[in-house]
Amino acid sequence: MTMAGNGTNGQQYVGTRTIRPDGADKVTGRARFGADYNLAGQLIGKVLRSPHPHARIVSIDTSKAEALPGVKAVITRDDFADMPSEFIPAGEMMMNYKDVTRNVMAREKALYEGHAVAAVAATSAVIAKKALKLIDVTYDVLPHVIDVVEAMQPGAPILHDDLFTVGVEPKPDRPSNVAKRVEISQGDIDAGFKRADVIVEREFKTAPVHQGYIEPHAVLATVSEDGSAEVWVSTQGHYIVRAHCARLLGMDIGKIRVNAAEIGGGFGGKTVVYLEPLALALSRKAKRPVKMVMSREEVFKASGPTSGAVVKVKMGATKDGKFVAGWAELKYQAGAFQGSPVQPGVMCAYAPYEIEHVKVVGYDVVSNRPKVAAYRAPGAPISEYAVESVVDEIAKKLGIDPIQLRMMNAAHEGTKAAYGPKFGPLGLEETLNSIKKTEHWNTPLRKWQGRGVASGFWFNIGGETCVSLTVNEDGTVSLMAGTPDIGGLRASLAAVAADELGIPYDKVRPIIGDTGSLGFNFLTGGSRSAFSGSMAIVEAAKQIKSELCARAAKLWEMKPDEIEYAGGHVKPKVASEKVTPMSLVDFAKVAGKTGGPIGGVGRINAQGAGPSLGTHLVDLEVDPETGRVTILRYTVAQDAGKALHPAYVEGQFQGGAVQGIGWALNEEYIYGADGKLQNAGFLDYRMPVASDVPKIDAIVVEVANPRHPYGVRGVGETPIVPPLGAIANAMENATGIRFTELPMSPPKVLKALKEKYGAGGAGR
Amino acid sequence: MAKHHVEAIVNGDPVEFLCETEETLLDVLRDTLHLTGSKEGCSSGDCGACSVTLDGRLVCSCLVLGCEVGGRTIETIEGMAKGETLHPLQQRFLEHAALQCGICTPGFLVASKALLERNPNPTETEIRYWLAGNLCRCTGYDKIITAVQDAAGAMRKG
Amino acid sequence: MARVVLVGNLTQLTGGVAEFDLSATSVRQLFRQLADLHPEIAPHLEEGVAVAIDGQIYQDALLEPIGADSEVFILPQIAGGSLEDVP
Repeated sequence: MTMAGNGTNGQQYVGTRTIRPDGADKVTGRARFGADYNLAGQLIGKVLRSPHPHARIVSIDTSKAEALPGVKAVITRDDFADMPSEFIPAGEMMMNYKDVTRNVMAREKALYEGHAVAAVAATSAVIAKKALKLIDVTYDVLPHVIDVVEAMQPGAPILHDDLFTVGVEPKPDRPSNVAKRVEISQGDIDAGFKRADVIVEREFKTAPVHQGYIEPHAVLATVSEDGSAEVWVSTQGHYIVRAHCARLLGMDIGKIRVNAAEIGGGFGGKTVVYLEPLALALSRKAKRPVKMVMSREEVFKASGPTSGAVVKVKMGATKDGKFVAGWAELKYQAGAFQGSPVQPGVMCAYAPYEIEHVKVVGYDVVSNRPKVAAYRAPGAPISEYAVESVVDEIAKKLGIDPIQLRMMNAAHEGTKAAYGPKFGPLGLEETLNSIKKTEHWNTPLRKWQGRGVASGFWFNIGGETCVSLTVNEDGTVSLMAGTPDIGGLRASLAAVAADELGIPYDKVRPIIGDTGSLGFNFLTGGSRSAFSGSMAIVEAAKQIKSELCARAAKLWEMKPDEIEYAGGHVKPKVASEKVTPMSLVDFAKVAGKTGGPIGGVGRINAQGAGPSLGTHLVDLEVDPETGRVTILRYTVAQDAGKALHPAYVEGQFQGGAVQGIGWALNEEYIYGADGKLQNAGFLDYRMPVASDVPKIDAIVVEVANPRHPYGVRGVGETPIVPPLGAIANAMENATGIRFTELPMSPPKVLKALKEKYGAGGAGR
Repeated sequence: MAKHHVEAIVNGDPVEFLCETEETLLDVLRDTLHLTGSKEGCSSGDCGACSVTLDGRLVCSCLVLGCEVGGRTIETIEGMAKGETLHPLQQRFLEHAALQCGICTPGFLVASKALLERNPNPTETEIRYWLAGNLCRCTGYDKIITAVQDAAGAMRKG
Repeated sequence: MARVVLVGNLTQLTGGVAEFDLSATSVRQLFRQLADLHPEIAPHLEEGVAVAIDGQIYQDALLEPIGADSEVFILPQIAGGSLEDVP
């Protein structure tokens, strides 16, 4: 399983497939996820949710619920302070708490079916559910609007009377559902199109899709009589949970201690709060711990999917294949409160390519759906799907191979991004080359089979990170990180710590600390946790090594600069017979006698995150009788900079690709005319299962990120960006039809086939 | 209405519990017997995170009532390892990195074990269709299938 | 003088002016100088922007130095796995 350190410098564990330290607990059922925590005397909390997509809440009468035996607390909007509309830093983040508090508990209006209106805590789930039925809410039902284009029309029902579009001139004097307009541009777009020999213009439509984590939101909270609180929750950011709850409940940040439970998937959807403030408010009122878990239906109706969108793309290229102009207009739906990922969607749309003239405009539009939450590379899959589809059409029109066309225009080091700065080293060309060399690319296809390729870009971020390394008395090292481990982080960080200190991998014990144990950590997201965590470990290890050298200097009566730490030992730079090198284990034994416990803390705001680019290749087959699409073969090539743990990097590629397959072929929120969600369960919200997909070949490209000590680039998000375009392109090759609406589900495929080929669906 | 008194065997041990009529086997396992290894993902039998075997048959414990299991034998994830020795499936899942967040892992392990007990030499297609009742959102299934194939090979060698 | 370019909606707070030549030697000084020229931009600079200095992107890095000939872009903050917006 692991090897003892043999004293060599360099990478013994980084880049290898170590067994994850949290693995044994996860394969035996011992690991504790959010819903696995219990406290003696706990109450069960349940939420009353609006059955209407849009309604004024006239009154709420909770008296009968409060009188039900077993009910210990009931909360409504009256239990939360209103927040003014201003963007406030809250634990290092910008939030508009006017919206956050209203999403957590409705105030004037219910803005989507599923919006929380009240909550109860009772001695059992059965009693809590009975109590919900006893709460009388008087609604004044209002007309609702779901579709993004309809929500932008002048006569549409207005969700917020105080929402005036930002980013347009002249400043509007009437409220609208368009929260803002954003734009990036470079060059002169009209001049660019004049130079083009071929121009393709298309409009695309995508539906909202959910992150689809298998674990519903779950929290256990307990508030003491002195106003301090402890929380156990599945979250991507326990410091963020602490910050939001402190703000919403009017508590000091330092009085709330949040423990990150193991998390059963997040993908961005668990970076915000839903149940946590409710559980705390109930516990504060009831003076007992409160446990709350969402049902699957609540997850679909009341937590945030990503935006549905309408996207227009127009691209121009010379006959030699040089992209000269890229224009796009993105209309993204934000759900009930502003804040769709249209800004990153705008910035990423053309980012994989070097194009002289670019103009991308985006609109953030509210409608009566749950507020969107982040979903893996938020905003980018949608805009890049549209652009990659048009790139493919340009390739066909010019008779240029689609990989060749992308290669000719690929962004590389020194390319100026349309959103401003010049790129450092990038791996897009390498991924395109890797795909071109695969056996997959060269395999012949049959009728009704099609091959598609697409590339994708995501920025990645760094951010505030604290990691502590503590040397225990026996020389083992306790590693405490502050970003929840969603899929292999502890294994990666342990490998880095082991290599930095030159000790065996299984002598490093990583845990995720609670908010009381480390300084602020930004959340697990933005493909940052391995990137930033490993940087912080290098810092912490430096502190330990420098401390050991300083102590050795005193022990050996030498100068500190005559001593070094190498190969897991403190030793003189010039070997001496008088001095025996000391290992970390040796030093640990005398730590107390030489000054006290040995440790280091890396406290950084990690900068220098490098973009990760990828190219996907897919073969699929369409059944002309049923419209069903079978994925035959799938290859991912993506730049990881440096794969700290290759298996978990491959896992990110494979997982993101399959989420993309689901997004492209089956997943969508289906609303009735009544504004209610019709498929709020896994049967009808159809995510890929094992029999839907083949093995996903993963090629890890490594173009080092010069700003990271190991060259690491975040990898978690980019994998979901190329699949939509790659699959749409493969569909075009298989059927001769350019699908501009997602998902390309069997009924839609059948309908398109019938329209093109007639009732017989005969051959092409 | 009085609770039901139920006696059953769980992971080889006799157990005795009281449950309401509407409580599922999953509720009983997690809340009454404190075996939280089986997970609740959907409560409608669509995700397989609650997979257990009931008299040797693979079931979703969210679709079985607690009061139905009197006199019957239940095996959960907690019974899969023998003392300190992991089952070959558990070991291969770790070696092949067949889990990322791990929430679906107990369900997949129970389901895979049930498959290999029936069919010690399944094809990749057979594995995928057998496991189609277990949802995973993190891995894309690739390394899970590889781990099951590898474990099947190791178990055939004995 | 460092050449400073505002990207996207930020130019609406400067009456459309996107490019500046400023003598700032740190991000913090740069924000102060911009705010002196266009007070409405001040709160947006404090929170919600990223700064690219000679191609390297920084977020929340007030103390980062800016060279005499640096090329600086001020962009909307990049938020990865969570959503925060420049108002």
